[in-house]
Amino acid sequence: MNQIALYSLSSVAIFVVCLYAVVVQAHLIRKILALNMMGSGIFLLLVALALRGAGDGPDPVPHAMVLTGIVVAVSATAFALALARRLYIERGSPYLPEDERE
Amino acid sequence: MSEDKAWGIRVRRGPVRALVALVGMLLALVLGWSVLTLPEQPVDLARESRAALDESGVSNPVTAVLMNFRSYDTFLEIGVLLLAVICVWALRLPPPQESAPPRLLIALARLLSPIMVLVAAYLLWVGSSEPGGEFQSGAVLGALGVLLVLVGAVRSLSNHRGKLLAGLVAGYGVFLLVGVAVAFATGTVFEYPRDLAYTLIMTIEVPAAISIGLALAVLFFAAPPEVDE
Repeated sequence: MNQIALYSLSSVAIFVVCLYAVVVQAHLIRKILALNMMGSGIFLLLVALALRGAGDGPDPVPHAMVLTGIVVAVSATAFALALARRLYIERGSPYLPEDERE
Repeated sequence: MSEDKAWGIRVRRGPVRALVALVGMLLALVLGWSVLTLPEQPVDLARESRAALDESGVSNPVTAVLMNFRSYDTFLEIGVLLLAVICVWALRLPPPQESAPPRLLIALARLLSPIMVLVAAYLLWVGSSEPGGEFQSGAVLGALGVLLVLVGAVRSLSNHRGKLLAGLVAGYGVFLLVGVAVAFATGTVFEYPRDLAYTLIMTIEVPAAISIGLALAVLFFAAPPEVDE
C-alpha cells in the first residue's frame, strides 16, 4: 500500500467515524467537535491527493485550498459554538429540543 | 435517547444507533473504493502553476496560488471570516466573567507576547518564498489575542471600537481595492501586473494578516462591543 492510499483511507476513516458521532452524539459541543473533525478528514484527503502524479513536489492548488479551508472551518466552528452557548443561555440545556425527550 | 452512565451525556441507543453504524460502514467502503480508484487528473495543475510561477511575483507555489492565481477565492475566504464575526456578534453573548487568571499564565503571556508578534511578522515576510503567509501569520496573531483574553488583558471591546472595526475590515477592504484597481491596468479584476505583483501581494497580505488575527481573537471573545446610544 503506498503513501497516498494510506493517507486517503485514513481520511475516509476519520470522516465516517465523525459522521457517525454527529448523528449518535446528542450533546451539541460533541456534535460541533465531530463536524470540525469531519472537515479535518477532508483536509487530510486533499493534502494526500496533492501528491498524485507529483514529479517535482506536491500540487500547490489543494494545499492553498486547505489553508483557506482551515480558516473557514475555524470561523464556522466559532459560530456554531456561539450558537450553542446562546441556546444554553436561553434554555439551560446543551441539547436540542428533540433530543431532550427520553 | 438514553443516558450514557459514565459521563452523564446523552447518546442515541438501540436500533437507530446500529443502523447509523451500518450505513456508516457502507459509506466508508464506498468512499474508500472511490479514493483508491480515482481517475488520472485531466489537467496537471501542479505543472501549470509551477510554469506560471515566474509571473506571480513570489517564489513559494502555495502563496502564488493563494494570492495570485486564485486570489478571488482567498478574497472571499477573508469575507467569510468577517461574516462569522458579524454572526457571532449578532448573538449578543455576555463577555467572559472577570476572575483572577493564574499567575503562571500571566508570566507566560508576558514572555510569549513579544515573541509571537515577531514570529507572526516573520511568517508573513517569509511567505513569499517559503511556507508561511497571511493565514499562518494571522493564526499566530489570533493565538496571541486568545492569550490576552485569557489573562484578562481584554475585558471589553467597547473602548477601542473604531480601531477594532477598522482593523477587522482592513484586510478585506485593501484586498478589494487592490483587486479592482488592477483592473484599470490589466483589464481583469484580480489580475496583477507582472512587475508590481510582489508589491501588491505584500500590500494585501499585511492588513489581511492583521484582520485574520483580530477576527480569530474576536471570535474567541464572542461578546460584541457595546454601542453607546
